[in-house]
Amino acid sequence: MAKTLFDKIWDAHVVSQKSGFPDVLYIDTHFIHEVTSPQAFEGLRKRNIPVFRPGQTKATADHNVPTINQHLPIKENLSRLQVEMLTKNCTEFGIDLYGLGHPFQGIVHVIGPELGLTLPGMTIVCGDSHTSTHGAFGCIAFGIGTSEVEEVLATQCLLQQKPPCMKIEVNGKLQKGVLSKDIILHIISKIGSAGGTGYFVEYAGDTIKNLSMEARMTICNMSIEMGARGGLIAPDETTITYIKDREFTPTGNKWTQLLDHINSLQSDNDAHYDKVLQFNAEDIAPMITYGTNPGMGTAISESIPDFSGIPEKEHYSFQKSLNYMGLEAGKSLSGKSIDYVFIGSCTNSRIEDLRLVAEFVKGKTKSEHVTAWIVPGSKQVMEQAIAEGLDSILASAGFELREPGCSACLAMNEDKIPPGKYCVSTSNRNFEGRQGPNSRTFLASPLTAAAAAISGKIVDVREFID
Amino acid sequence: MVPINMENIDTDQIIPARFLKSTIREGFGENLFRDWRFTETGEMREEFPLNNPLYKGKILVAGKNFGCGSSREHAAWALADYGFEVVISSFFADIFKGNALNNGLLPIQVSEDFLQTLFSLIDQNPETLLEADLETQTVKIEKLGLTEKFEIDPYKKTCLLNGYDDIDFILAQTSQIATYESGRNYSY
Ligand code: SF4
Repeated sequence: MAKTLFDKIWDAHVVSQKSGFPDVLYIDTHFIHEVTSPQAFEGLRKRNIPVFRPGQTKATADHNVPTINQHLPIKENLSRLQVEMLTKNCTEFGIDLYGLGHPFQGIVHVIGPELGLTLPGMTIVCGDSHTSTHGAFGCIAFGIGTSEVEEVLATQCLLQQKPPCMKIEVNGKLQKGVLSKDIILHIISKIGSAGGTGYFVEYAGDTIKNLSMEARMTICNMSIEMGARGGLIAPDETTITYIKDREFTPTGNKWTQLLDHINSLQSDNDAHYDKVLQFNAEDIAPMITYGTNPGMGTAISESIPDFSGIPEKEHYSFQKSLNYMGLEAGKSLSGKSIDYVFIGSCTNSRIEDLRLVAEFVKGKTKSEHVTAWIVPGSKQVMEQAIAEGLDSILASAGFELREPGCSACLAMNEDKIPPGKYCVSTSNRNFEGRQGPNSRTFLASPLTAAAAAISGKIVDVREFID
Repeated sequence: MVPINMENIDTDQIIPARFLKSTIREGFGENLFRDWRFTETGEMREEFPLNNPLYKGKILVAGKNFGCGSSREHAAWALADYGFEVVISSFFADIFKGNALNNGLLPIQVSEDFLQTLFSLIDQNPETLLEADLETQTVKIEKLGLTEKFEIDPYKKTCLLNGYDDIDFILAQTSQIATYESGRNYSY
């Protein structure tokens, strides 16, 4: 029977199947971080059992860590304790930790791919919803809760019901100034923040094929923002070029075998999808969100919808959202003054993002009233940016290049947007208070964020490009 | 029942990130819906349903796409720790649903119509009583003769009723896991 790529990877990882029970799914790689793992290790202690395959779990500290003076002890008590607890757990259970100060440290979804720990055909899980990012390499990668983290630590498997699969095709040529972030914000704005719930998504079409690995990761990363369990893209030459010669990528014979294996990782031509959606790249313009979920997005050149476009029973939530954001239905966002720009998070903090921003801001200066933070996704991204001289370009433009971590994406550390302030952010969530209590988030691409920092307001980045 | 008639309630609202620094499972109830329950200066927001003494009970009723966003199991812990045993909505985000089930918190998905009926009934009478029965997979309001069936994964249902454990279940198959590991086409 014809199979989708998703079917192929799933079926190849089923350890056992019993009627009336979910599949026992084997997990190749498990990532953990300081916030969602402590209770899982506690569970193992209570059961008095070891980690089943400690070599297949890798740890990093990212959610809670400061982004300045990382060489000093963490000042905030609870954050420090949580990071120390991770170190203690990893030592006790024999797990590799890329913690603060380690050259591999960084946001878990940035370091997996850059270290060659994320490879085509794998199953990957992590106690973090944006694990979907790794799907860009042709993996089944999804976020899990802490009880499931404990389950994977204890068994290297997960009991899982196989979800249905949806295909999202994007074809055509992207307009100038439109990035993969705009593609995914466009898709989510069309299908809504629950439009993919229950599904695993395969992204296909020539627009997707033509994207770099970094850009593909941005798309897969935000699959969860439409409710999908994960998103994946079939591996190809671009994938192979990216993974080759990375720290943990197999070499020699193993590499040749992997290449062979990658060849089989394609959906069959007549494979059945439970749902298929199609988008046209030409229809996609630079995007921005105006509300408090990622589905509330619009092209910057258009206006916030008015009530006529919203189903009646959603009017209350819609109005509450706009009240929170201090915005009005039917109005344009173009020209709206902003206070902060945050370029970072597992969505857009890779070297390609930093290069794009540096190239754009070179010779320009940020608007005086804007605070502009750039938080690289990992130590390696940071070092690379410095090696390429991006740091001085960014500094001359008035941008502050900080040290790696999740930072203002979820504001668990000190990097918070103050109450009532507006931030154009390259992260993935604009929920109420996500970037700090009462902060207001506009999600956008790195280019749109950079343009906002320079102009001090929301602008269509196409105005800068001819 | 406690109604929160809003859609897309994300886990950042259920338990904001700054309260995720604890390394134990208990105590999250205190900060459940923190920023909707309290102002920045810690005053109670009277208008928020959890602060309304008229709404009582162990059932939370919320708009569609409840629990979207972050995978933090702390959201399920916070709801359970606060005292909720059931959440009713017309749609749940996947990871939240799994997390809830793994913590004995029952997510009941009902039709949009039934949900809207519930909201208006609670509006008319905040003390409306609803009975949720896992065994027969029904929710009903006895007095009004209103009943609705709900679906639940049969395995999870057995777990909730009989207290199965996923880890014990898989650990009983370690030899199969080893066979799988040594027998597959490509391993990493
Ligand atoms: S950067 Fe943001 S979304 Fe990504 S893992 Fe960190 S907190 Fe989660």
